[in-house]
Amino acid sequence: MTAASSTQKIRVVVAKPGLDGHDRGAKIIARALRDAGMEVIYTGLHQTPEQIVETVVQEDADAVGLSILSGAHMTLVPKIVELLRAQGIDDVVVTVGGTIPADDIPQLKELGVAAVFTPGAPTQEIIDFLVSAVGEREPR
Amino acid sequence: MAKSPAGDESPEQQWREAFDATPERDVSFTTLSGTPVEPLYTEADLPENADEQIGLPGQYPFTRGVYPSMYRGRLWTMRQFAGFGSAEETNERFHYLLDHGQTGLSTAFDMPSLMGHDSDSPLSLGEVGREGVAVDTVEDMTTLYKGIDLGEVSVSMTINAPAAIMLAYYVVAAEREGVPPQQLAGTIQADILKEYIAQKEWCFPIDPAMRLMGDMIEWCSQQMPRWHPVSISGYHIREAGSTAAQELAFTLKDGLTYVEQAVERGLDVDDFAPRLSFFFNAQIDFFEEIAKYRAARRIWARELKETFGAKNPKSWLMRFHTQTAGVSLTAQQPLNNVVRTAIEALAGVLGGTQSLHTNSYDEALALPTEDAVRLALRTQQIIADETGAASTIDPLGGSYFVEALTDKIEAEAYEYFKKIDELGGMVAAVKANYPQREIADASYELQQEIDSGRRVVVGVNAYTEGDEQQTALHRSDPAMERGQVDRLNAVRAGRDSAAVEASLVNLREAAAQQRANLMPLLIDCTRTDASEGEIVQALQDVFGKYTESPVF
Repeated sequence: MTAASSTQKIRVVVAKPGLDGHDRGAKIIARALRDAGMEVIYTGLHQTPEQIVETVVQEDADAVGLSILSGAHMTLVPKIVELLRAQGIDDVVVTVGGTIPADDIPQLKELGVAAVFTPGAPTQEIIDFLVSAVGEREPR
Repeated sequence: MAKSPAGDESPEQQWREAFDATPERDVSFTTLSGTPVEPLYTEADLPENADEQIGLPGQYPFTRGVYPSMYRGRLWTMRQFAGFGSAEETNERFHYLLDHGQTGLSTAFDMPSLMGHDSDSPLSLGEVGREGVAVDTVEDMTTLYKGIDLGEVSVSMTINAPAAIMLAYYVVAAEREGVPPQQLAGTIQADILKEYIAQKEWCFPIDPAMRLMGDMIEWCSQQMPRWHPVSISGYHIREAGSTAAQELAFTLKDGLTYVEQAVERGLDVDDFAPRLSFFFNAQIDFFEEIAKYRAARRIWARELKETFGAKNPKSWLMRFHTQTAGVSLTAQQPLNNVVRTAIEALAGVLGGTQSLHTNSYDEALALPTEDAVRLALRTQQIIADETGAASTIDPLGGSYFVEALTDKIEAEAYEYFKKIDELGGMVAAVKANYPQREIADASYELQQEIDSGRRVVVGVNAYTEGDEQQTALHRSDPAMERGQVDRLNAVRAGRDSAAVEASLVNLREAAAQQRANLMPLLIDCTRTDASEGEIVQALQDVFGKYTESPVF
């Protein structure tokens, strides 16, 4: 069963903020989400927060997955969330994946990040999460 | 039909019957790279010309090792990669590692330095000094190696796109300490093709990047006889999710492409080939890794001797550094990573590595703590001094299994060479995203195997525990970024701006001429205290930038 079976396809932006070049995980997730029937827009590497937010707006995305393995998440994620809010966007599901220490997760969630996936998270868990989180939102 | 055990059946046939009588465990018997593994290997699996193919250490084709004495003469160099925060902090860690028995230095740069941005660039926000040391000007480089005798200690620098600039900084920093370039020993990674394939840290489009690298190799071949101007790296290709054969094939093909380019520039292959070195991953599939290193030596020796006609036997030697696989480490049950790293390190040693970095068990969570780094170094010392693995040369040479795997992986590498040649060579293949796509496919397949439980990762999809215990993590100091920007501004305030501008104008002019070697001009820029970002910008004015079209 795919996410698209009953309703419109879920549109997800998979983004690599900052200078971090580790893209194995982002590409695996992008492909797994695509194989699960979602519409995936992968930004490619080295995106600024501004570029990512612009992509989210232009693509009318339901969700954005931020992949960060450089340790810069506590700088980049707040910036991206802030820019989204400034655009009046508060219904896009924001997730973060990568090497994120457990101590930082509550703070990220407080900012409005819906879920944080650390190394070892199965792709199915991420697919299931997005299907349910996007489905639970108020109709747009 | 009963047959007597002493009848006309060979011992192999008898074994096969007895083996078939026992049901096998319900798992897939393949290597980490997906190569099927037989239940038993015998003499029949050795190559026909086994004597020639396997040979002896220090003798062509070097399957058993590049040196006649290997670790009986001298152990591998224990070289832990380090760098974080400011040049001053990293310098302290270098002194700590040297005091604890480390024998060479390996420098990690932060992301802005790796990508050619100054610490005060908006693109550097949050990344300064985080994954490595921040180096903006020659002042930082001088601080980084303060109190270390650069004429004695070999220094490795892991930097690629702006490698020529960092080498210029290093040369000038050493010169200020009274050490001329001729005495400097060490390695700069500078392997630009694998950046476009896997690591994705670039400053310029592929063609000018290849030219810059060629300029540096040429200059080093004349000025720095003890320096390895490139470390041709499979590590990142493997970390990006490739198979062992892909790591081997793409890396060696990158290396052969650099040789080709240098020869086209008019260099004699024997003038630079002895200074080429390699850098491979050590993944968790023990025997496959050992076979990979053995096959790599044989292929390199053959290609240099037969294809490029190198006469100096030193040109045939594939010397390599090994690092255990970061990608094999798990955030779950992090102490398990100590075991993984030990096994991977042993594979590197049994594969005949010249130097080794062992990862710290906490690296799937954050940068390593000092305790974790020390344990990783101790792991190497235990392998070297307690296990006996270093007592005899190539202890697995002649193993039916290892020799068969070595041949198999070698054959797979040649198949890749053929495909790449059909695409017009490695540069054309990279532009066509060919290796990138092969790696993405392999990494996706492996992830699916893990997700489905067909491949077990302990602590991740089997033997899991509920709440993970907390590990003490290394924390970067947020004040660091501010301090680094202040230092950069102080350098800018104290220098002769007209001299900086003049050196950058000269650099731009030379960059626009295909034939000029840019190294002396980069050294001139360094002497004026031009920053890395300013130099990269000047070159980008001429060369342009690079944008990837990603495949997934």
